[in-house]
Amino acid sequence: MESSALLAIAVGLPLAGGLPVSLLGRWPNAREAASLLTAGALFAVVIAILRRHLAGEHLELELFEMMPGMPIAFEVEPLGMLFALVASGLWIVTTAYAIGYMRAHDETDQTRFFVCFAVAIAAAIGVALARNLLTLFVFYEALTLSTYPLVTHSRTEEARESGRVYLGILLTTSVLFLLLAILWTQQLAGTVEFEPGGILRGQVEPMMVGILLALFAFGTGKAALMPFHRWLPAAMVAPTPVSALLHAVAVVKAGVFSILKIVIYIFGIDLLAETRMSEWLVYVASFTILAASLIALTKDNLKARLAYSTISQLSYIVLGAALASSTGVLGGSMHIAMHAVGKITLFFVAGAIMVTLHKTEVSQMRGIGRQMPVTMACFGIAAVSIIGLPPMGGSWSKWFLLLGTIDSGMLPVAAVLIVSSLLSIAYLMPLVARAFFAPLPDQGVGEQRPGIREAPLFCLIPICLTALGSPALFFYADDLYELLKPLVTP
Amino acid sequence: MLDHFAALQVVLPLLASPLCALIRNRRAVHAVSLLVTSATFAIAVLLALQVADRGAFSYELGGWAAPIGIEYRVDALTAFVLLVVSGIGALVMWYARESLEVEISYQRYSLFHVMYLLALAGLLGIVITGDLFNVFVFLEISALSSYVLISMGRDRRALTAAYQYLIMGTIGATFILIGVGLMYMMTGTLNMTDMAVRLREVSETRTVLAAFGFLTVGIGLKMALFPFHLWLPNAYTYAPSVVTAFLAGTATKVAVYVLLRFSLTVYGVDFSFSTMPLSTVLMALALAGMFSASLVAVFQQDVKRLLAYSSVAQIGYMVLGVSFASVTGLTGGIVHLANHAMMKCMLFCVLGCVVVRIGSTHIDDMRGIAKQMPLTMGAFVVGGLGLIGVPATAGFISKWYLVQAALQQGYWPIAVLILASSLLAVVYVWRVIEVAYFEEPPPGRGDVEEAPVSMLVPSWLLAVATIYFGLDSELTAGLARRAAEALLLVGGPA
Repeated sequence: MESSALLAIAVGLPLAGGLPVSLLGRWPNAREAASLLTAGALFAVVIAILRRHLAGEHLELELFEMMPGMPIAFEVEPLGMLFALVASGLWIVTTAYAIGYMRAHDETDQTRFFVCFAVAIAAAIGVALARNLLTLFVFYEALTLSTYPLVTHSRTEEARESGRVYLGILLTTSVLFLLLAILWTQQLAGTVEFEPGGILRGQVEPMMVGILLALFAFGTGKAALMPFHRWLPAAMVAPTPVSALLHAVAVVKAGVFSILKIVIYIFGIDLLAETRMSEWLVYVASFTILAASLIALTKDNLKARLAYSTISQLSYIVLGAALASSTGVLGGSMHIAMHAVGKITLFFVAGAIMVTLHKTEVSQMRGIGRQMPVTMACFGIAAVSIIGLPPMGGSWSKWFLLLGTIDSGMLPVAAVLIVSSLLSIAYLMPLVARAFFAPLPDQGVGEQRPGIREAPLFCLIPICLTALGSPALFFYADDLYELLKPLVTP
Repeated sequence: MLDHFAALQVVLPLLASPLCALIRNRRAVHAVSLLVTSATFAIAVLLALQVADRGAFSYELGGWAAPIGIEYRVDALTAFVLLVVSGIGALVMWYARESLEVEISYQRYSLFHVMYLLALAGLLGIVITGDLFNVFVFLEISALSSYVLISMGRDRRALTAAYQYLIMGTIGATFILIGVGLMYMMTGTLNMTDMAVRLREVSETRTVLAAFGFLTVGIGLKMALFPFHLWLPNAYTYAPSVVTAFLAGTATKVAVYVLLRFSLTVYGVDFSFSTMPLSTVLMALALAGMFSASLVAVFQQDVKRLLAYSSVAQIGYMVLGVSFASVTGLTGGIVHLANHAMMKCMLFCVLGCVVVRIGSTHIDDMRGIAKQMPLTMGAFVVGGLGLIGVPATAGFISKWYLVQAALQQGYWPIAVLILASSLLAVVYVWRVIEVAYFEEPPPGRGDVEEAPVSMLVPSWLLAVATIYFGLDSELTAGLARRAAEALLLVGGPA
């Protein structure tokens, strides 16, 4: 098959998959089969793209010109390849999980749910493969709008309020800052195409670099840099599969991915390193890392705690970009995959506990390790990866980020990373300890000791798969490194 | 024959209009209107092709050469606006049948068609003519017939709304007439091209300056530029849905066209934007309108009124584009003229669908309407996203050019303001979406069907166009850019 056609298929497939899903709404089993099939097919397509990419082929596709000289175009480069792989790969497991979850939870409007989900994934793939800022922006906004019905799925007053926060922050930042930054870039450089080494070198004064970077960094509200992070906890009213795939992987990673991509292909790492205009971003990211971790400690609701943990972890990636060194960028890019696999597991577990034991608060979870041993073991594995300890994938990205801080001569920031690891131990590990070692709350007289009550298989198997992903990524980090290396060695 | 299309563009609806008065049968009169408006659109397409083929051309009415005779002049801008106006005119007529049955009383049915075609002829005449007095005459034709059209609304307040519009519109027309008169006095000609040449010699005189002032205010009234917009919200709210959809897509747009013609073709860019502070004045009024009208829209209880205020704000965008007096700015303004015509016409069509089914456009009555009329409200969402300027809708293209124009001249605060005002659109659009999608239908409202197909199809046609022209703006932005270049006399002839 024509290689470039694969790119169009990758973006179009989930969209096209939405159609049978919506038509089969009356037959849930057939509808779910269509969802799974689409997800599987998408992953196969992405793998096919990966193989050609690794074989050294340059994949590029220009669809049409939106405005004269402003095409909607796709191109494969290492970072986008990684994001597409993560999003499409985890979509399969999430679809399986969503089937189990939505049915166990008796959710309504499941057809709309699966259709919007497919559109959101298409948008995420579009972001991943975008060849220029315009294409990126189009799909970025599509991602915001297609996830809005998912966030407000329950149609309650609370969902409506959260939907307002969600749209309010994401649209405000993207329209006011990101779009302005894109148009400004167009004005300065005469182009908005992503190019290795950046397009702004020699076009701007150093001071302007800082301002433009600020517009880009805060404009990408999906990266949840403080003070524009409130939408992420608000989005937690959504059904758990949405929180898991979209608000731990696709949406938020689209944000940090955009920042990384802009730093690498619009500014160029060298430009930022020379002008030292990304230093302030290092501090903002560091602040976000620590502040969000501290807030996570205070949250009793498990999903809220995980949401703040995500905010903190996303800033690792922003930090990697802001360090403007090759190790920093590598660490940040790797963290996209590492954090995705870990955090999705944690959310899956939170959802599994919710549907089987109907518990949402951390304080209620004493002793649940005896009821759900497999699930909670998986939680433990993923938690270790998030903390960044071997033998889990998260340790590698953290290692590179630490190296990055040293390369950039910002040793205090290394301390931030270490403190944040300690904080993540403090907000994740007590739950594991409490689940396994604390006794169940006192039972009424005569009640039987509860036996094992694991989540439905459709939920449990995806949890196990993603949990195993963390150690797997630890041992196969080399492949990831090889994929990403061209980012920093032109 | 081919040469006479320019005349036919106006003459066809003008002559067909009295014909409608003679037909009493509803179906027959609608069929005639349909035929005429569709043919008018076809002529506009042919004219546009001709312009693309051989550039701008003139048609001498009655064979009298300009400047003695009256000249119809078709260039890129003319062709573009003709396409928009006649396209909307035809589409709304396709849409009108079932809406009219609900909203217009039986006796007035033929009258409606008479006035509709008359208004269309007037608007097309304004656009195509190269004669200044002609502009005034056609302006009055279209205005008088729109007063009648507005007064046909079911609500009795339609009468006062029409009266209000009559007063304001007449003041505007009088100002324009005084302006044209003064210019005629100084130059002795009424032909635009001729006058443009002769004006240069007398451009420093106080008379010409006064004429410029009169014209600016008069046109400002006609296009409902803030703060001359007071007639518009009532007129749009109480007019029959069909009329609102038609006027929203054409009347104010043609007034913007007249502004372009006067300031750029007749007076010329140097006089209007360098000698006269037109740029500053328009920019300030446009920005004030964008923010104040959007803010007022946020608090409206009637969705039709909400959209009317949104129109005032959106006219601000067009005028802002003009005020930059650069190719990019004008492109943005002109392309928004078409894009907004498309989107607003569609949104008012959607409200017409709602009226047919539940008889009201009050926001409380529209609670939970999306469950019962998913296709109708789906079109509303598309139009709403277009107003906001979400990428992949036509509104995004306009926004892109406008912000780019602001940045090109280094007006970055204005760039920020343009973007910020589009966020206000999010607020007023989302108010409707939340009510329609999140709330339960009020208990009194029984089963409500989806709108009739004959109304849904034109609405969705416009919705698809909104998306299409957001993805591929070659046709709209491409034509707009050529028109802008011609107006500013840069590049080759249009």
